[in-house]
Amino acid sequence: MTVSEHSESRTVSGGTATLAAASGGGKGVNVIDDLVWHTVCPVDDLMPERGVAALVDGVQVAVFLLAEPFEGARVHAVQNLDPFSGAHVLSRGIVGTRGGVPTVASPIYKQVFSLVTGECLALADKEPKTGLAADLTAYPVDVRDGVVHVGTPA
Amino acid sequence: MVNSSVPGSAGDTQREAARSDDTQRVVVVGGGMVAQRFVEALRSRDTENRYSIEVFAEEPRPPYDRVGLSRWFTEGPEALTLGEPELWDDPLVTLHRDRRVMAVDRERRTVTDRLDKVHHYDHLVLATGSYPFVPPIPGADLPGVFVYRTIDDLAALRGWVEQKREASPNKPVRGAVIGGGLLGLEAAGALKALDAHATVIEFGTHLMGVQIDQGGGEALKRLINNKGIAVRTQTATKELKPHKRTGHVGRMEFADGGRLDTDIVVVATGVRPRDELAREAGLEMGERGGAVVDLACRTSEPDVYAIGEVACIEGRCIGLVAPGYTMAEIVVDRLMGGDATFPGADTATKLKLSGVDVASFGDAHGRADGCVEVVWADQVAGIYKKLVLSDDARTLLGGVFVGDAGPYAMLRPMLGAELPEGDPSAFILPEGGNGAALGGLELPDDAAVCSCNNVSAGQIRAAVTEHGCTDVPGVKACTKAATTCGACLPVVKKLTNTELEKAGIEVSTALCEHFELTRAQLFDAVRVADLHTFSEIIGRFGRAPEGATSPGRGCDICKPVVASILASQGNGHILAGEQATLQDTNDHMLANMQKDGTYSVVPRMPGGEVTPEGLIAVGQVARDFGLYTKITGGQRVDMFGARVEQLPDIWRRLVDAGFESGHAYGKSLRTVKSCVGSTWCRYGVQDSVGMAVELELRYRGLRAPHKLKMGVSGCARECAEAQSKDVGVIATDKGWNLYVAGNGGQRPAHAKLLAEDLTREELLTTIDRFLMYYIRTGDRLQRTAPWMEEVEGGLDGVRQVIIADSLGICADLDAAMADHVANYEDEWKAVLDDPEKLRRFTSFVNAPKESDPNLAYVAERGQHRPATDAERAAAASGAEDAPVLISGPSLEVRS
Repeated sequence: MTVSEHSESRTVSGGTATLAAASGGGKGVNVIDDLVWHTVCPVDDLMPERGVAALVDGVQVAVFLLAEPFEGARVHAVQNLDPFSGAHVLSRGIVGTRGGVPTVASPIYKQVFSLVTGECLALADKEPKTGLAADLTAYPVDVRDGVVHVGTPA
Repeated sequence: MVNSSVPGSAGDTQREAARSDDTQRVVVVGGGMVAQRFVEALRSRDTENRYSIEVFAEEPRPPYDRVGLSRWFTEGPEALTLGEPELWDDPLVTLHRDRRVMAVDRERRTVTDRLDKVHHYDHLVLATGSYPFVPPIPGADLPGVFVYRTIDDLAALRGWVEQKREASPNKPVRGAVIGGGLLGLEAAGALKALDAHATVIEFGTHLMGVQIDQGGGEALKRLINNKGIAVRTQTATKELKPHKRTGHVGRMEFADGGRLDTDIVVVATGVRPRDELAREAGLEMGERGGAVVDLACRTSEPDVYAIGEVACIEGRCIGLVAPGYTMAEIVVDRLMGGDATFPGADTATKLKLSGVDVASFGDAHGRADGCVEVVWADQVAGIYKKLVLSDDARTLLGGVFVGDAGPYAMLRPMLGAELPEGDPSAFILPEGGNGAALGGLELPDDAAVCSCNNVSAGQIRAAVTEHGCTDVPGVKACTKAATTCGACLPVVKKLTNTELEKAGIEVSTALCEHFELTRAQLFDAVRVADLHTFSEIIGRFGRAPEGATSPGRGCDICKPVVASILASQGNGHILAGEQATLQDTNDHMLANMQKDGTYSVVPRMPGGEVTPEGLIAVGQVARDFGLYTKITGGQRVDMFGARVEQLPDIWRRLVDAGFESGHAYGKSLRTVKSCVGSTWCRYGVQDSVGMAVELELRYRGLRAPHKLKMGVSGCARECAEAQSKDVGVIATDKGWNLYVAGNGGQRPAHAKLLAEDLTREELLTTIDRFLMYYIRTGDRLQRTAPWMEEVEGGLDGVRQVIIADSLGICADLDAAMADHVANYEDEWKAVLDDPEKLRRFTSFVNAPKESDPNLAYVAERGQHRPATDAERAAAASGAEDAPVLISGPSLEVRS
């Protein structure tokens, strides 16, 4: 798989940081401005139009590789926790588009979420579980030198 | 079912609770179709529970459909079921079966049943119906002479045919029917269904003389002849002679000197009202029998009503069900304080006799002064269509349709109305003129569309415009139109869709925002265009959503549909290449996702057969991986709580023990349930387990619009419940009976008999074609029962396509199934053999050795289950009595 077109730095959505240089921090962790960047996996480990689950600082994150870039980015990440079932499964949902925006559908009750903003686009006649928001947290992602990095607030 | 004679039963207690002091008691004498309609209508309108209803039926069963009794033979007893069985569970309704009423006491307002029990009434409804009239022909009392009205009559008829066949197995059983009316032709159809010869003897000049004219009768005769039924018209039966040796009926002698040898005679020469109760109770009687009623269906006695065939209304008794239904509704309206009156009998008729469409309405015989007729007849095709018009050829007075009743549904509601300008023959000319003219008909609001339920075109329009219905099922539920005989369904559909369009509601059959096509259209498109990937398919057939330039990348609706279509057309492993991205939740992991995100694993046990070693192996796997086990409804074992990363290890153990994927996760064949059959059972007549195993191995892995279940029973006792399956096979002495389109689940449906006494080869071919036809034409997530309702021609249509090959696609269907059988592979094993596919079965891409840390279980009945939110919260708060949580990764795993 070739991902050369995404291997350069880019401004990430959901944060203001630019991953200019990898320096400092512990193994696989870079602190830039107000974000902590975590190394997740080689982009080659991702399958197009499917997700994988990753443990990022103890939190489950679902990372997706799109078939074609959306607003310049092919890799997107949201929380793996499905707010409607309480199970950590969103990485196993079907990837698609709604009105051109990349989405993932919950494999449990089929709610549809934007992979870009995390917004819940279709409730499928259900309410999220008590204490959980319908919209997902979307994580900033950067792909550098063929490696996927996910940012969390510092 | 309710039996109120058991004192103190739960039913009685409920009933007492539902009644209040001022509840009035309505007693209905008679348990036929009209009584059923009366109870249904009163219960639906009496929302304040003012009335309780006691129904006394002479027959030992709830009311059933007496129109088209021969379906009892061809489709089974369920074909005659009327309405919702829950009606009889209503606490305010009591059905006394096998409880004829012997006397009515008007003074005391009581009825006395055959057990001498006395029941009080506030209102009495006589719905005793008719009895078959047997003319005084010598020999009419011989053994082997039958009438044709009740299920008991049918059972006796069948018993006699079987007895005759056993007595002389090499000779065909010969039957004759006296009477060429509706009932006689039905009876002849029943004889044919029993595989007996049938000859119809009609006294008059042509068949169905009451409903249709001579021309129609001639066309009908030719069509009936083609079905293998002989017809003799203008023939009076003089005498029935006994067979010398047996003393059973053996010969018919006719007034014209002719004779006919026969083993069985069915007398179907008409009916007479069952009016003896009314007569003995001293009610005013009609000249030719029946209890005289006024236009409110009241008899000469206050609070006593008569409805249906026993009522003499406007001077006559009417032997049709639709006017009986109308009378039932009128009495209900009166009880509810309304002032409905009988609008005159609608004697319009539409039916299928031995597969032949016959319909008539209005002045079918053209008896009105100065009326003119327009006739289209095609003797080759056996089609006869006639319109009767007023002398200026504008107003529609009646019509007759034989062989093609297509125009009936649109024209009947126009009875008495002016047809649009133009040549009226356009309505009955064959395709071309026909369709166009009918399509342009605009029904007036007061036109009666559904005569069974008395629904007008205006009411159907209002269901859309005022009651917010947005589809045909909604309109049916709202108005009850097309819910009884279904003859008016095309008109209901047309009216509904026209109103929806007017209201700007798009009647969309599009799959989703990415595809305009339906699943069936897409299936054909993909097949014809020979496409094999989603990218090609959406590129070729996708549509761009509003405001976008490209169709996008599909969604959770269309991707699994395309996945299923590709799988049905032989595109290799469902996780191969791009196909993997299309698979729904369960297919994606070849296992069933449960509420906590873990999976259940089901190995195939064909026909529910498993060796002791196999059971031990399954038990060991479940124990070693800490899985909760449960027996499924499909005769196999389900193991719950497997984590993504455990799946390959579990499969490896199962595959090594000789198991394969059971496809419990797929919209595909699940199981073939079987009884133990002739190999062990004292009653079995065929090897049902062997057949079930063969079917399961043949169709395993076959992807369909929805899941498929099958069953095989070794005898008519049906222990495998095959008639609740998509494909049900029941052994007979001669082979296998095949039932199709039964469904359990949310909308249960009994399977319908598709073919009888098939050999093994015939059975396999017929199932092959049935499944492939369904796979090609079914809608997304449409199970076989609703598919059968919608597919063109219903059961008959399916028979035409897959047995008579009316579309010429059978060879194609056969080849597609042969392809499937030849290319089957175990999906689990294929994954185990392919490192690329194995990659997706990991917990975390950056921590493949870690398990989902959020899984938690509690022990219950010797196993464990997912912890509830409350249990998790209690454990987290450290409460003293909090349940002990077992977290997923800490479960003991032996390997």
